[in-house]
This record gives sequence, structure tokens and C-alpha cells, in this order.
Amino acid sequence: MSSTRAPLIGQPVERKEDYRFVTGTGQYTDDIVLPRQTYAAFVRSPHAHAHLRSLDVAAARGAPGVLALYTGKDLTSVGGVPCGWLIHSIDGTPMKEPKHPILAEDKVRHVGDPIALVVAESAREAKAAAALVEVEYDVLPAVVNPATAAASSTSVHDIAPDNICFTWAVGDKAATDTAFARAAHVTRLSLINNRLIPNALEPRAANAHYSPASDSYTLYVTSQNPHVERLLMAAFVLGIPEHKLRVVAPDVGGGFGSKIYLYAEEAALVWASRRVGRPIKWTAERSESFLTDAHGRDHVTTAELALDADGKFLALRVDTIANMGAYLSTFAPCIPTILHATLLAGQYTTPHIHCQVRAVFTNTAPVDAYRGAGRPEATYLLERIVERAARELAIDPPELRRRNFIRKFPYATPVGLTYDTGDYEATLDRVLELADVRGFPARKAESERRGLRRGIGYSCYIEACGIAPSSIAGALGARAGLFEAGEVRVHPTGKVTVFTGSHSHGQGHETTFAQVVADKFGLPLEDVEIEHGDTAKVLFGMGTYGSRSLAVGGSAIVKAADKILAKGCRIAAHLLEASDEDIEFRDGAFRVKGTDRSKSFAEIALAAYVPHHYPIEQLEPGLNENAFYDPPNFTFPAGSYVCEVEVDPDTGAARVDRFTACDDFGNVVNPMIVEGQVHGGLAQGIGQALLEGCRYDEESGQLLTGSLLDYTLPRADDLPNFLVQTVKGTPCKHNPLGVKGCGEAGAIGSPPAVINALLDALAPYGVRDLEMPATPLRIWQAIEAVRGKR
Amino acid sequence: MPNLSYHRPSSIAEAARLARDDPDAKLLAGGQSIIPSLKLGLLAPSAFIDLGGLPELRGVRLEGRSLRIGAMTSHAEVANSPEVRKHVPALAHLAAGIGDRQVRNRGTIGGSLANSDPAADYPAAVLGLGAEVRTDRRAIPADSFFKGLFETDLGRDEILTAVEFPLPERAAYVKFPQPASRFALVGVFVSLTGKSVRVAVTGAGPCAFRVAALEQALAKRFAPESLNDITMPADALNADLHGSAEYRAHLIPVLTRRAVTQALA
Repeated sequence: MSSTRAPLIGQPVERKEDYRFVTGTGQYTDDIVLPRQTYAAFVRSPHAHAHLRSLDVAAARGAPGVLALYTGKDLTSVGGVPCGWLIHSIDGTPMKEPKHPILAEDKVRHVGDPIALVVAESAREAKAAAALVEVEYDVLPAVVNPATAAASSTSVHDIAPDNICFTWAVGDKAATDTAFARAAHVTRLSLINNRLIPNALEPRAANAHYSPASDSYTLYVTSQNPHVERLLMAAFVLGIPEHKLRVVAPDVGGGFGSKIYLYAEEAALVWASRRVGRPIKWTAERSESFLTDAHGRDHVTTAELALDADGKFLALRVDTIANMGAYLSTFAPCIPTILHATLLAGQYTTPHIHCQVRAVFTNTAPVDAYRGAGRPEATYLLERIVERAARELAIDPPELRRRNFIRKFPYATPVGLTYDTGDYEATLDRVLELADVRGFPARKAESERRGLRRGIGYSCYIEACGIAPSSIAGALGARAGLFEAGEVRVHPTGKVTVFTGSHSHGQGHETTFAQVVADKFGLPLEDVEIEHGDTAKVLFGMGTYGSRSLAVGGSAIVKAADKILAKGCRIAAHLLEASDEDIEFRDGAFRVKGTDRSKSFAEIALAAYVPHHYPIEQLEPGLNENAFYDPPNFTFPAGSYVCEVEVDPDTGAARVDRFTACDDFGNVVNPMIVEGQVHGGLAQGIGQALLEGCRYDEESGQLLTGSLLDYTLPRADDLPNFLVQTVKGTPCKHNPLGVKGCGEAGAIGSPPAVINALLDALAPYGVRDLEMPATPLRIWQAIEAVRGKR
Repeated sequence: MPNLSYHRPSSIAEAARLARDDPDAKLLAGGQSIIPSLKLGLLAPSAFIDLGGLPELRGVRLEGRSLRIGAMTSHAEVANSPEVRKHVPALAHLAAGIGDRQVRNRGTIGGSLANSDPAADYPAAVLGLGAEVRTDRRAIPADSFFKGLFETDLGRDEILTAVEFPLPERAAYVKFPQPASRFALVGVFVSLTGKSVRVAVTGAGPCAFRVAALEQALAKRFAPESLNDITMPADALNADLHGSAEYRAHLIPVLTRRAVTQALA
């Protein structure tokens, strides 16, 4: 029996999960209503920085529907919100790691910092009661600007009087300085990587329940990694064993990093659910999301690039101040260090690189990974300074990049990574052709006839995905492994359920992973179901972030599937009376090599579960295998982007007119999903470049962009039709699928392309610099500033 | 949301009586500003007097040389009205650019004018066309209707019933949107009727206002070039994250030129 069919891998298979999403039958955390459900609201600080002088909760406790009210004093027996990454400063001292209380103890440290938890019969009553809590504050000066935080006379935390969390560095400083001394040309750049607010469509939510019958907790939560949430919550916050806590992350409506972390609200709910004796639910309002979701980026950077007379890069020197916000979020310290500074070689052979990163505390919301996480910051500064160097040296920007491309692999960078493979020239050549760069002068002239200035900008990015080899991560400060787990359960009928520790919150794993497994076993797609997001079902998992799901999670599934096939071969050998070595699995069947004798996949599955004729002495019945996969290296997706903008010089309004992307993601399982991921990434990257900018008031620390009326998310009509092409290019050499990851590329590669294009458009005015987001106001001001100088 | 009473009167007289009897009640038109304010706790009226049950407040009618638009006419109805599109296409264009589809289906011209949001579009048209605001007790010329930030000449219990727009020879509205909210960062409405030129600006001050210098220059010759040497002082203009006063001052003549070009097209 044979079921030969074309492979599903490589096909733009429609997403299996979309039926439930487009018909409104998805199940999100807020959709879950448990018996005897109660609801929570949080009292939050209106001040960025204040001592709590007194709290009067009497009126709130007595308000209608209120069941319980807790403050920081009630939570002294539990731990704070833990941080999962330890960075050491240059001098060898560990980073300053202040306690992050679940509810504020003596001080509040950012607007929105939770002070009290109110539990009531309804969300409305909880909110109304929360408004009755009277808090007296001794307001303190706020530390807001990361650039001046270290010089502030105010300390966010007593254990870090100068507000410095750590000062870390990578690279050979002496060699870098020496290279600068003999440079023919040095290009300098100061920039800010603007702070972003994630804004997943579904706000954060949690529903916690304690069962006295089993003395255990269940937490439904908007999480990208339920097992990590369980580990942190059980071990560090509640001090309970992991098997007494089940974490379920059901359908989750977007994360972009913001749902990786353990948040105070979730911990408070789990803790309180036991005391209240009823399940407690909380769903953030959008304004709470703005104030309390971990934000992204927020670097203040100076960079210098040394070049020789031929435009070869000799050295790169970078100094960055990274804003951690008021507390250390789960992965915060690793973002500006391990995920930023190690990417500074980019696609280039720069022999000497040194990067120093100073992380500071401020009275703002915590900052952590956001789509790209460190790599957009690295790419932005690198691709900005390369393009500026090209302009200063009057070399065509693609040509300058070409002169410096890495061409021999594996390539060990001076900042700790080893690229396994890549072909940067190929994606650059292709994107220049796709973008019709030759036609740019004609388009520019046409724009000028309409009174508009057109510019073109480039970006050649690299990212490190497939996070991460545990031993390397551990050496760099990770307090956890970064493998992934998977289980393949073949049912007696030959249908398959796959359990993965990855978590899909929009990525389409239920389709992509099913394509991989269906091909592995020669099954139709509908015979494979993917389960994820429940610690009671999935053996373990490190979750989804850092474009790791297919490269790491998918590889774990492949390993488990290989074990299934190996066992299947042994069962088949018994049934077909052949030796194990004579069996091969091909075209959906176990075959005796060189004969027409075979057993189908379903026949072997049935034999495993009905072991009447079975090598029971040598082999266990059943067909179910687990695997853990720890990647030997990161993966290194790379690509080249070209952006064309039109600027209206009279108003400062800028529009991306053309955006062309050519990405090398290695092998691609579902090109439609990959293209969608690139589109989403580009939208967020263009959003960062032109629209999105979180702003706090420098004095008061109030969030000025606290709603969608002032924080500009990109909308469809802000974006052009993207021209996106993925080349198979250079498959990853060290994972079984040859895949690299695609989820963050667009957000990483696009911001410098947009700003470079704007600067090209504005070059005739003498504008050399623009901050993100390049709003109409900023563009107009940049033109005016130069005009004023003339 | 606070508890409040809800009335749905069936005549203007009944609505007026309800408003008179309860000083803390609020008239409810399309609710596109008042409901969000209520949810955010910025407002706690004792009652809503919903004007949605009064068909006489709804609709567009051509009356001689003017267009009468009932206060409860939605933005979508104005945008799609054949009369408006034929006689004052600039007004249809303005209405089509307010908010999003949902807002345009609920929001009303009367509600927008009575609210006098500094960045709303309609005030520019009312002022830029020299319209007359009708209430249950009088007619108010546009020039004396807008008084300040969220402040109009309307009495507390006065009910805006309609707006009468004279038909211009030429008119255009150009809006430069605030990037996030897409309200007008600056919006300029220009019109030419006989020898009379009006230039009304929204988004740039506490409420919509006319710019005499621009009107005078255009009255000499209604052409974009007439404004080439005119600059606006930034004093007293709005300033926020999205636009400094200087930027708004710069945009006013720029957008006026564009509006004139469109009006002439």
C-alpha cells in the first residue's frame, strides 16, 4: 500500500486555525468563565515615583459586591516577580536586582504600578471599589530620561543609588581602539531607538482557580510560554511545587514578546484565588495595557565606524544606554546585551567590534523583548551608520555593503557568534532587481513634478534566531535552558496528535507543524492535530519568542517523529518477517527494501496498539514518542530591504511608496504564512520608523501616549503593497528542517531602510539626521532647523 | 459607568422641558464623544435626553439658496446626500473624512457642533461657509457660535435643531490629520461666495476660527499664489505631541493654498 503524494512542505496551505478565528469560535482567556467566577481590579499608582504614606481601604472593602481586598502588606510571604537572566558588569559584579513586589510595598515606581487587588462579584463592582481606595502619597521626583538617569540625584531603587543596573561590554576594546587610530575615515552617529508599546490586539488577561480537593491551582493566562510561566510562578513567587500548578494559555491574540513574561497581576490572582476560594478573573483595559505591558526598545546610542581608504570596515565602537524601566522584567537584561551587542557584525567582516551597554532604572514601565528584541536596535544603528558612511565617502550604499560582506562560512564574528551559513550578495542582488532600483531616478523626477521629494534607502540585516543553545545561553546568564520539547502521539487508527512546547498566538503553528508531521508520515494534513498551550497536556516547553518555534520546536517534533518511524520499522520488520535493517519508510509505508512487501503507517499504528502479533519481548506496545531538542547554534536569517519614500516638504508628511524585501529564511514550510509574518514585521518596523513612539513627560513621568488617540499604531493605509520575496538561499546547516525563522525579520530590517530613505529624500535640504518616529512634525522641524542655520 | 436616567422624548418641546427641569442632564445625539467621556469617568450626568427619536431633526433639504441639515443627521448621511454632493461637495467630502465608518454612522452634525471639539471638522465648515445654527429658540450666526474650548453660544438647555448652509460658488476643505487620532491637526475650509471669501481653521486653536489676513488676500484674487508671502503668527495656537504651535502656524497657509487649488479645480 502506498500513498504517494506531493509534499506539503513548501505549499501555501491555508491555515487550519483560521476557521475558528474568523467565525468567532476561538477560546481566549476572557472567554473562559468558571463556576462561581469572581473578578478583579487593581488600584494603580497615578504617580511615577512616590512613597506610600497611608492606605485607607475601609470604604472599598465595604463596597457592594466586594469579596476581598489585598495590598502589599498581605503579600509579604510570597516572592517578587523574578528575572530570568543574570548579567554581570565589566567589573565582575552581578547586576543590581531589586525586588519587584507583586503589589507595591512602601513605594510606587511607575505610573500604573499596582498597589491593591480588589476582588468582587463583577468586574464593574471591582473597578468601582478600587476607585474608593484612598492612598496618600509622598510624591518623589521621577527619573524618566534614560540618558540622564545615572546622573540623577533621585534613585529608583535604594540598591542602585546611581540607577545603574549593570555596565556590560563585549568585544576587544584595545584592538578596536587601535583600529580606529589607523582609520582613513571615521563615521559617527548618535541615535535613539524609540520606545514602543506592544499593543497586542487581545489585552493581557488571567483567570486563576484553586481547588482544595487537589490542593492545586489552575491559571488560564495570555502567555507565550505557559511552562515558563508555571516554573517562575511556582518556584519563585508562590513557593509551591510545579505539579500543583497548571497553566493554560488558550487562544492568545498576539504577543510580540509582551506575553512572554510573568506579570505581577497574574501572580496576585493565583495567590488570591486560594484565599478567596473562588476563581478570579482579570482582563486588562487598553489603558492598563499601555501603562503596564512591558514596553520595547528604548536605547540611547552613540556609534562610530572606522573605515580604510577603500571603504573596508576596520572597527565598530558602540556605546548604548538601555532603559530597563522601573523593574527587571523576565528577560530584560539579556535584550540590550546578548540579543543586541552580539549582532553588531551584521553581514560584515568588521574585524574589531566593541560595545558597552549601560542598563539603567527609570520610573517608567518595565522594558523587555518586543518583536526582534535587541536585534532591531543592533540593525538600526549598524545600517544607519553604514549608509551614513557611504554618503560621506560618496560610495553607492549597496556597493559599500558589498565590499564588506562576509563570504566564507562558518564565520566567527568578533562579538561571539558563529554564522553557519549565508549568501548576502544573493539577497542584495535580488532585492535591487525586484525593487527596480534602476528606475528610481525616473520615479524621483516624477515625484518632483508633483512637488514631492523621493528618497531610497537600504538595509541588510542579520538576526540570530532559533534561541538558543542552552549551554551558550547559560554561559551568557540565562537562568533556564532554551531547548524545546515535543511529543508525537500516533493513535491506533494512524491519526496523530502532536504536542509542542511552542505556543501559537498568531503564528499558525497548527498548520505549519502539521505540514511537517504529515509529510514525515505521508499522511493527509487533516490526520494531524497540533496541541499546545497547556502544561497538563504538553510535557514541557520553553515557548514562543525569538523566531524559535519551527527551528527549535519543529526540530523537537521531527526528532520525536523519527523515533516513531524507527519503532515503526521494528514493528514492520516483525510483521513482514524481515530484519530491521531491511525495512525502510518511504511514501507513507514501511517497506522491505527491494520488494513490494509493505505495511501502511495505519497498519503499523494498529499493530502497536493491538499487539497480537508483536515482538513484545523486544518492544513496548504503543506508538508515542517524546523528544527534547537543544539547538547546537542559533540560526541566522538574513536579507536585504529597499525602501522608497515620498516626502511632502511643505507639511513634512512622509509616505512609504515602495517597500521591497528579499529574505533568506533557509527552507520554508508554508510560504503564505512566512509572507504574512514578513508583512506583519514590516508593518511594525515601518510603524516604529514613522509612527510609533512612547513618550513620558520628562518631569512627572506621566505616560503622554497612553491611548490610541496619541500612540500611532500603523494602519493598513499607512503602508504600501509590499513586494516580498523569500529565497530558499542557504538552509540552516544544523537543524533537521534547514529552517531559520521568519517572525521578526520584517521588524528588524525595515526601520533603517525607512529612515535611510527619508534621509536620502531630505539630503538636498542638508538634513543629515532624523529621529524615529519620523513624524510630519519632526520632518518639518528637521528641514526648518537646517534652513535656520543657513 | 455611573447609573443615570435615560429619556427618549418624542417632541422637541418635551426634550426642551426635560433639559430645563434637570440641570445635570445631558442631551444625547450620536454619543460619539459623550459615551467615551462617560466610560472614562470624565463626565457623570444625571440623565441622558436622547434626541434620536425626533425625525424632524434628521435629514437634508434644499431651501432656495441654502442647504438645511437637521441636527441629528449622521455624518454618513451628509457624506452620501445627493443634495450635499451636488451643491456643497466640499461639505460631503468633509463629512466623509470624519472618524471611521462606525463613527460616521452614529455621529451627527448637531452633536459635533454642540460639543465644539477643538479638532472637529464640522466647525470649520460652519464657520467657513458662514452658516446659521438653528436652535429651538433662535438662529445663531456661525461667527458668534463658537466661543472657546468645548464652548459654544448654546444655552445649557438649548437644543440645536439644524444648520443652514448658504450655497457657495467654490469651496474646499483640506485636513491634515493628527497621525494617531486622525482628528484634524489642522483643517482649513475655504469658500468663495460672490465677493466674500471665508477661511476657517480647525485643530489649531481652542475652537474653530477665521483668518482675516488670508481672507483679505484671497478676496483680492482667489488663487493660491495670493497667499505666497503670508505667514501666520504662532501665538495662542495649540501645541501638543503631534504639532508645535509653529508647525500649526506653518500648516495653515499651506493647507489654505491647497484648499484654494481644490476649490478652483
